[in-house]
Amino acid sequence: MRARFRFLHSRSGAIGFGIVVFVLLVAILGPYFAPHDPRAPVGLPLSGPSGKAPLGTDFLGRDVLSRLLYGGRSVIGFAAAATVLAYAVGMSIGLAAGYSRSLIDPALMRTVDVMLAFPPLLFLLVLIAGAGTSIAVLVIGVAAIQAPGISRIVRTATLEVSTRGYVEAGIARGERAFAVIGREVLPNILAPVLVDAGLRFTYSILIIASVNFLGLGLQPPNSDWALMISENRTYIQLNPWAVLVPAAMIGLLTIGINLTGDAIARSLGRSYVPRTTRSVVG
Amino acid sequence: MSAVQTAPVIRVDDLSIRLQTGEPVVAGVSFEVLPGEIVGLVGESGSGKTTTALSLLGYTRPGVVIDGGTVEVGGESVIDRDGRALRGLRGKTVSYVPQDPGGALNPSMRIGGAIMDVLRAHRAGAGSDESIRSALERVELGSDPRFAHRYPHQLSGGQQQRVTIAMACVCDPPVAVLDEPTTGLDVLTQDRILAELRRLRDEDGMAMVYVTHDLAVVAQMADRIIVMYAGRIVENGPAAEVIERPRHPYTRALVEAIPDFRHPRALRGIGGVSVGVGDWPDGCAFAPRCQHQQLRCHEALPVLEETVPGHHVRCMRWMELDLHDRDLPVGRASRAAAAAPPLLAVSGLEARYRSNRSGHPAVAAVSFTVEPGRCVALVGESGSGKTTIGRCIAGLHVPAAGTIAFDGAAVAGHARQRPLEVRRRIQIVFQNPFESLNPRQRVRSSIVRPLRILRRLSRAEAEREVGELLERVQLPARLGDRFPVELSGGERQRVAIARALAAQPDLLICDEVTSALDVSVQAAVLELLQELQRELHLSMLFITHNLGVVACVADTVLVLDQGRLCETGAVGDVLASPSHDYTRRLLAAAPCLPDGAV
Repeated sequence: MRARFRFLHSRSGAIGFGIVVFVLLVAILGPYFAPHDPRAPVGLPLSGPSGKAPLGTDFLGRDVLSRLLYGGRSVIGFAAAATVLAYAVGMSIGLAAGYSRSLIDPALMRTVDVMLAFPPLLFLLVLIAGAGTSIAVLVIGVAAIQAPGISRIVRTATLEVSTRGYVEAGIARGERAFAVIGREVLPNILAPVLVDAGLRFTYSILIIASVNFLGLGLQPPNSDWALMISENRTYIQLNPWAVLVPAAMIGLLTIGINLTGDAIARSLGRSYVPRTTRSVVG
Repeated sequence: MSAVQTAPVIRVDDLSIRLQTGEPVVAGVSFEVLPGEIVGLVGESGSGKTTTALSLLGYTRPGVVIDGGTVEVGGESVIDRDGRALRGLRGKTVSYVPQDPGGALNPSMRIGGAIMDVLRAHRAGAGSDESIRSALERVELGSDPRFAHRYPHQLSGGQQQRVTIAMACVCDPPVAVLDEPTTGLDVLTQDRILAELRRLRDEDGMAMVYVTHDLAVVAQMADRIIVMYAGRIVENGPAAEVIERPRHPYTRALVEAIPDFRHPRALRGIGGVSVGVGDWPDGCAFAPRCQHQQLRCHEALPVLEETVPGHHVRCMRWMELDLHDRDLPVGRASRAAAAAPPLLAVSGLEARYRSNRSGHPAVAAVSFTVEPGRCVALVGESGSGKTTIGRCIAGLHVPAAGTIAFDGAAVAGHARQRPLEVRRRIQIVFQNPFESLNPRQRVRSSIVRPLRILRRLSRAEAEREVGELLERVQLPARLGDRFPVELSGGERQRVAIARALAAQPDLLICDEVTSALDVSVQAAVLELLQELQRELHLSMLFITHNLGVVACVADTVLVLDQGRLCETGAVGDVLASPSHDYTRRLLAAAPCLPDGAV
């Protein structure tokens, strides 16, 4: 097996990866298997599971299973887009600050500190209030919340790595900063960054879910796991499936991503272990 | 030691230690230590010396278990004790001084608090400011009463190590285990620590087990030397005996590997690779590397035999081999000073660090030249600015003032602003072999990079040259497909040298290239560098704190004290008759073998 899939050798890595694949398959392929139109009522509101609606109906009488199968794409897609954007911005800032060894570093980092001073959800709500509820605002807002933290972690890892001989050898060869960072620095800071990435992605999901839940993100009648929880939570005694199943999907995805991220970081970490481990018997 | 029979304070009998997976780490080790005796435990990495020493504290590293035998310290067995009984023993009966004091002291705890902890653990109710002061006084840190309130990061490396020694001595244990306590410290600090330890032994009669890979240090300190190889004792005898008349070919090779400034001679590394755990051969473990091996050496394990009373050796041929009178290569012929114009001319160099606000430059008014084909050594303590000078020349640090002229033309401070030819012709090899290769890249691609960038070779041409370069540094070409993790420290440093040679440089800057290596590996790397210098007509700037190394490799020496040159001259002159006080102190502090050794 190729080295990049080595993380699947660990049990938690394989389980985590399996969970992620399952949830993603549900989200991506779900709409093709949905028995009903997710927006059309199929029966009495809040009826329990039946042959027609295996998970019952929601507060408007729509099929919970169909809404579940349709509702994954938006929350996962937005969270993924926000996380990728956050990493693009955060890693650039962190690498530039950590590698520069000039005034660029304090200038970037103090800006980041200011950003970190805002309470995240409040920041997002103010942004939505100002710019209106749109998907772009939501994604950019979540990315803006995440980027400062990412840049701090990346900067610290970069600082440590950039004093190493292989980085300095690259500088002494006169290579461009981009080349040195891409070849010598970036591959060697991935382990700490990846552990963090799992957490960040789940945090993005949770923020987007929260905003959707508050009714400020995706609007009804769209189907969305977070929106489903929000809409049906008052009626949890009448049809608990309408709340618990979408909640379980979000929870599963969170667990799966973190198990996978940790396993990848561990498998990367393995090639980090210097041969000094040999001197266990030194 | 007097002839009066005293009961040994340490008694180790037939100790065997193995990994949990079954591979033996230490096998059949037996020795005794008398009260007040200093015993040096010597060997290369992987010889089991640290594992043996730690067993005296009843400690094994995770994944390692004591398999059999007895270890008695102060008359009590330390094996098979539970946690509580072990805690009562450690610190009180046997204490430990670690290799890296910076990592061993709790950074969030004041010095006084750390010492107090040891006292509280062993003396009910005790632990006054007074006892902390007297503990610090014993290691000569008592002059400032506020010292106990400092944090470890406020101390120098030498002071930190003295604090750990104070912690080890505070409960007056009869035995202390010292694990390479001066590795990583510069010579002057090392000398002070060693004197400290000798004084503690003389005053308190503390027995010490001193673990090290450096025979020169142990030659100064120990009463007896135990040499280990592949988990077994190969030689055990009085220090002077072992150094001057080694009976085992391995001990002999270790002695030959020590660079000694008083008797400069060509160094000879030990060929082959040290045996790792799990690959012990059937016969004598050293046989594959031994110059005197015979067929029978590979067939049966030699026993530890007594040569003269008190001197044991594990070699089948000890009786027939006369290791002492073998011809040794004498000092290399000194090269005539070249008449050619200098390759490198540094003048008025000054360098500063932004983080240092005291206003003192790290390097000030340094001027020197390097002639083609010559080796110039830059010597000084840590913090003397020697590495900074190397970095300035390599284009990694921009000087605050002064000029660096290479082959007659001044060069820019930043490597990127220098022409390709200059970047190609100046190459640097870094200190730490564990950090100088990108762990994510195969050896091959680390070497291909300079070929592509600096020599503009095509990918195919570069790939072809990798094998040649690896062979040039005496590594098998197949190593190119390995990752750095799979290599030993010595192998990595050779790869780093190959990476520098790939550029076909004229000037090679070697920044403490051997300070992280075992003495035997150091000898082999120095041997290689000298050979390369001869064959490729390289000029070298050799940065080091080891005067023995200087005597072996350099033509000219520059002594650096707090960023300024205090003495320069031909190696022979400076080492034989130093004119500057600082040089004299460095020379006096440098560990070296007793006169009879070589």
